[in-house]
Order: sequence, then C-alpha cells, then structure tokens
Amino acid sequence: MARKDFLDIVSLDRAEIIHLLDQAEPFKDLFTRSVKKVPALKGKTVLMLFYEPSTRTLSSFEVAAKRLSADVTIFDVPHSSVTKGESVRDTIDTLQAMRADYIVVRHRLSGQPAAIARQTNASVINAGDGAHAHPTQALLDAFTLREVYPELPGRKVVIMGDILHSRVARSTSTILDKLGVEVAFCGPGSLVPKTRFKRFTNYEEAMNWGPDTVYQLRVQKERQDAPFYPSDREYHAVYGITEERLKEISDKGIYVMHPGPINRGVELCDAVLDYDRCLIPQQVENGIATRMAVLFGLKPDLKNELS
Amino acid sequence: MSTALDPAAMSAAIDRLADQILSAAAGQAIDLVGIRSRGDEVAERVFAKLVERGAQARLGVLDISLYRDDYEHLSSNPTLQSSSIDFPVDGSHVVLVDDVIFTGRTIRAALDALFDYGRPSKVDLAVLIDRGHREIPVEPRFVGEHLETDRMDRVDVSLEKIDGKDAVEIITQ
Repeated sequence: MARKDFLDIVSLDRAEIIHLLDQAEPFKDLFTRSVKKVPALKGKTVLMLFYEPSTRTLSSFEVAAKRLSADVTIFDVPHSSVTKGESVRDTIDTLQAMRADYIVVRHRLSGQPAAIARQTNASVINAGDGAHAHPTQALLDAFTLREVYPELPGRKVVIMGDILHSRVARSTSTILDKLGVEVAFCGPGSLVPKTRFKRFTNYEEAMNWGPDTVYQLRVQKERQDAPFYPSDREYHAVYGITEERLKEISDKGIYVMHPGPINRGVELCDAVLDYDRCLIPQQVENGIATRMAVLFGLKPDLKNELS
Repeated sequence: MSTALDPAAMSAAIDRLADQILSAAAGQAIDLVGIRSRGDEVAERVFAKLVERGAQARLGVLDISLYRDDYEHLSSNPTLQSSSIDFPVDGSHVVLVDDVIFTGRTIRAALDALFDYGRPSKVDLAVLIDRGHREIPVEPRFVGEHLETDRMDRVDVSLEKIDGKDAVEIITQ
C-alpha cells in the first residue's frame, strides 16, 4: 500500500523505512551512468513551495525530481502573492488548479505541510516544518550511516548542538532509534530536552560514552532572537570539533556528519572537511537518491479533482 | 492449467537459444543482458551454456521498473532492484534476454533503459517463450519455443533457481 504523503518519520514503521532505504540504492546506482535520468515521473508536475529560505534542500529536491523526468516549478514565495497577503489555503487552491502532482513544502510553522496534505489531492512532502520534522534529511542520514555500517543495530550516534529547536535532531534521532541505533543528545543544558535518549551537556562526557559517529547540528543563528552562547569562538571551544578533538576522533575512527550548511570555525574546524571519515559529501549525494525514492514511492490521488 | 514445457523441454529450449546465439555471433564476443526478473535467470543459464562451449561472453542485468508505461494503473509502484552492466555498452553487440515475449512493451522499456547506459552497435532479442499477441512492432531474433496462447491466457515460467522447479504452464482464464 503506497502512501499519498511523506510528512514525518514518527508515522513510518521500521519495515517502511528499510524499504525506502533499499529503494534508494538503485537510484544511487544511476548517478554513475552517462544518462542519470529515468522516465519514471515523465509528465508529472512537482511544485516546490518554500516559505523559508533554503538552497540545499530545494536544489536537492529539484535535482531528484528532474532525474525522475518530472517537470519542476519553484513557487518563489518571497516574491509571490504571499507577500501580498495571500493565505496558505488560497495558495494551495491555486496550485491545485495547476494540477500539481507533488508539492514539496517547507514552512516555519510545525504542521503546515500536514494541513496542506489534507487540502490537496497532490502528494505532499515535508521539506522541513518549524522545529517539528525534516523527514527526508532523516532518511538521507540513515542511508549514509547504513553505507558505512551495514549493520545499524547497536551503533552509537551522538547528536550535538541546539537539540531543542532542531527538526533535524528530532527526525534523525527518531529514524536512527527505529533502526536500532543508540542515540544520545549533547549540547548546552537549556537546549537539550529530557527525552528517552541519553543526555549530555559536556562534550568530553559524550565522547566517553563511545559513539561511532558524531552528528554536529548547524548553529542556527537565524532562529535565535538572542544567541544562546556568547561568541562563535566560545561555542567552538565548548561543543565544536576543534583541531585537537579531531585528532581524538580520527584516532578512534569516528565518523562525522552534519546536515549543512556548515559554519566553519563554529561547529567544525576547517580540517574536518578533509578528514576521511567526514560523511558530509556523501550526505549531499545520498540526499538526491533518497528523495528520488520518496517521490517514486508516493501515490498522488490520481483523480486530481478540483475541489 | 496445462503444462507447456517440462524440465527436459525447458533445458532443450535453453540449448536451442544458446545454439542460435552462438551461430549468429560467428566467433564475435557476446554480451547478454537479462531483464529482471526471470529474464536475468534465463540469461544466466544461456550464458553458462555459451561459456561451456568456449564462447567469449559477458553477462549483465537490467531492471526496467523505472521505464514502465503503466504506473498510472498500479496501486503502488514496483519494488526496484539494481541493474548491473559492468561492461561498456557503447559499441557492444547486446543480446537482450527475457523469459516470455507477449505484448512487447517490456522490450520497449528495456531498450530505453539499455540506451541510457550507452549506444550499443547492435541489439538482438532472445526469449525463452514467444506467446504471440504483440502490441508494438518488436520481434525476437532468437526463440526457445513458440506457444499458441489466447490473449487472456497467463503464461507462468518457473525456473529452478528462483522457483525450485523448471516448468512453463499456460493458465486459461
């Protein structure tokens, strides 16, 4: 049974997650062919509706949709009628009249993609909503980790940074947990909520727990009205991967992940990007393959009637 | 239900395919590409025969799920399997292999998929069973066995390695 929408990780069971990860593999194989495109979604329309700025996720979805031969339209929100006061509801009615088959949504409000999904026959994919979920990021993270650890159960991943405001932390921890990975959070006490996962407020303690992978979150300067740390330099010294810490990480063979875009000298020192167990480039490549698997796996309501 | 081919007849049909391909190749290299799923297994068996007879042959596998023309009619999209063609398709003489040819649409999809890997100098088609009822102008060059069927019949091919037995059965609806 195919789903119409892809809104969060919580509502997927383990078998569905594994199926999606497995489906992404043949898509990744296509990238080494001379023709990277397949005709699977020929004649379908994918609309990108991004109410928040994004370059990576937007272009990753765009490349994914185009490699499936779909027609892609980017609904340029900052320059659209939305700034003239149009409600999301009215915008969706407009998109519905354009007979979009897939709508990829990013919005600052949690739950907005789900609300849109109820209003339209198109398949809706959540590309990040508020501090709620970023399910395609979670999928690409799980896929990337599974490439280096084909046996995920029992592996340990520490997610580091502002956990409280991070939809990446929420979705990625959920998917890893469902796949049997042990997850821990680490960050400043006020920004690490108490959950069923292990909780650290000190970098060294988190590393003594023995993680296989350190997942650094991006410091989201744009989301904080008042910064939660005094300076970039101090954040780097307390929670960042410094040159010294990179030595320890390298000696222990620990992998480093980051959702991008990175703040050099804050979460990561420059040298991390040359570290051979830094998985950031793989995360970007796998983002396209996993998003192709998501698009291919959904079934829009084919009636596509105008309501 | 009636059994059209028993294990001995299956093996003979595979031998015939290998014979035809071998004599047409006239000493040139043969690149077999089997279409998932079951065409790949037929290709593997033909490949083994060719190698046995000292032919220079290579074997690839093609999954055509992303090239089908009937997604609209499926309740969920097909489960993908990997394709694996480890030799350069550019300039090679490819023999596509499938278990059954019916409407010809699978072969249309397979040709599209193959050409996205490169530009073969020539493509031939080998099928274990030709059951007729073509909907597009695609004809196999090598055929293991022709079967008379009704448009509505189902032809089930079972293969030892996948299904635990060798048989071709016609199921009348």
